[in-house]
Amino acid sequence: MHFLNSVFRFYLDGFRQMTLGRTLWVLILLKLFIIFAILRLFFFRPAMHGMTDGQKQEHVAGQLTKPLKNL
Amino acid sequence: MDVTLIDWSRAQFALTAMYHWLFVPLTLGLGVIMGIMETIYVVRGEDYWRRVTQFWMKVFGVNFAVGVATGLILEFEFGTNWSNYSWLVGDIFGAPLAIEGIVAFFMESTFIAVMYFGWNKVSRGFHLASTWLTTLGATLSAWWILVANAWMQYPVGTTFNPDTVRNEMASIGSFLQVAFSPMAVVKFCHTVSAGWLTGAVVVVGISAWYLLRHREERFARSSMLVGSIVGLVACGMVMLTGDSSGIMVGKAQPMKLAAFEGLYEGSEQAPFTIVGDIKIPGMLTVLATHKLHAFVPGINDILEGGYMLPDSTIALSAEEKMSRGAEALSTLRYYRHSRAAGRTQEAVVMKDELLKNLPYFGYGHIKDKQDLVPPVPIVFWAFRVMVGLGALFCLIFFLLIVMQWKKVPLTRWPLLLHTAFWCIPLVYVCSQAGWVCAEVGRQPWAIQDLLPVTAAASSLQTTSVRITFFIFLAIFTLLLIAELRILFRVVKKGPAIEE
Repeated sequence: MHFLNSVFRFYLDGFRQMTLGRTLWVLILLKLFIIFAILRLFFFRPAMHGMTDGQKQEHVAGQLTKPLKNL
Repeated sequence: MDVTLIDWSRAQFALTAMYHWLFVPLTLGLGVIMGIMETIYVVRGEDYWRRVTQFWMKVFGVNFAVGVATGLILEFEFGTNWSNYSWLVGDIFGAPLAIEGIVAFFMESTFIAVMYFGWNKVSRGFHLASTWLTTLGATLSAWWILVANAWMQYPVGTTFNPDTVRNEMASIGSFLQVAFSPMAVVKFCHTVSAGWLTGAVVVVGISAWYLLRHREERFARSSMLVGSIVGLVACGMVMLTGDSSGIMVGKAQPMKLAAFEGLYEGSEQAPFTIVGDIKIPGMLTVLATHKLHAFVPGINDILEGGYMLPDSTIALSAEEKMSRGAEALSTLRYYRHSRAAGRTQEAVVMKDELLKNLPYFGYGHIKDKQDLVPPVPIVFWAFRVMVGLGALFCLIFFLLIVMQWKKVPLTRWPLLLHTAFWCIPLVYVCSQAGWVCAEVGRQPWAIQDLLPVTAAASSLQTTSVRITFFIFLAIFTLLLIAELRILFRVVKKGPAIEE
């Protein structure tokens, strides 16, 4: 318990004493928000989202053997 | 598949990877330089070296903060833009990237906190260990990322499973083959030493800027000395590992090697082109094979086949490979039909046929043999920019070390200091040129010989990929401007070490 308390105090003091670090943390949090709350949610839906493994196998096999239609 | 879609998907991936690659080398290089500086502080006990280390830690922090997590976008792109590829390589990419995530998260996040918050709170030894462990964490992350990348260039240790349509690692032995493939080892050593070189150039360049302004002179001279020594060692390592890399590329990706050299007709004593008609006779053969006489195939030889390979077999022509690739795709389809229909015996025959042609699987997607040739001018010049700039950095480090050793006042050599400063943007041009060599040089392959980019991409609307490309471009530009502004402020303010 004492150890955990020391670790907590260590981080707390560290964050409190930050100067340049505050700006950098704002930048990191803003970036993470953009990546996860905007890009991931609205722009990067996995192409095979919602498919079972079996459906994914069929889908990819179909895509890979597509050139056969041109042979 | 629509060519425009493939091009936009590639452009988006290239933009993200190249942006991410702006930050990684400096993290790796500055980490080592900070570690050395702090080691000097701990060994000598001089507070001056603590202040020097703390300044470079600030620069490290700005670079780390802007660069961190940008690599995650690449993983999103795999699932969305490159879903066929992602499924096909699931196992191979999944394991190294998971290990990378865990190592990066636990090592870097734990020890970076001690590194920044721990001054005067933990012992000097523990703090020093934390600095080195943060650097080690970043370096190990690079290992696993490069393992994944190396497998795409030299797919070993895996078996294609036609039931799951995936390349799988059957045992721990397979995993070790993937994790320690010769391509991964040379890629890791070359990339990490190039990262050290980047860190050294940045440290030397910023120090040169202070000397030109007659500011922080003691700090600048000490930093420049450490930076130059690390830089010169890194130059030597880059050259050695570049040589090993050349051997590996010659073996696994002969088309890429031929594109590096713009070599269309191979020979027993292939020349190394410096630029234009300035060539060193026989040098390419030596670099690519470590022998005085050995056939190095040119682009036309690789397309036409018929020459003797190092394993004493005869190289197939592009047409033969394309025909066997089409056979592999065909048997994959019939295997899956036979299996689904319960025709077990037929499925076994099909599977055997598929395995025979599997090394040429990707060639089944190639429509014209000229599609197997990467964009030669881009690769040729990127290689020369990379090597030429590397030689320039090497010369600068050497001169700076000699001058400091001879105690020549560096401020009397403004041209050298200006050159050292302008090497900062040039080192980024150099490392990006290295990336272009490695990645553009292996086109058209997403996975060498197994999957071309045309078959790797997802069927998406081109417009949506184009929109996200420009969104990324805007975000990345804004982030880069933010980083540079903060970085310039930190450098302008200086370490403020009392003389």
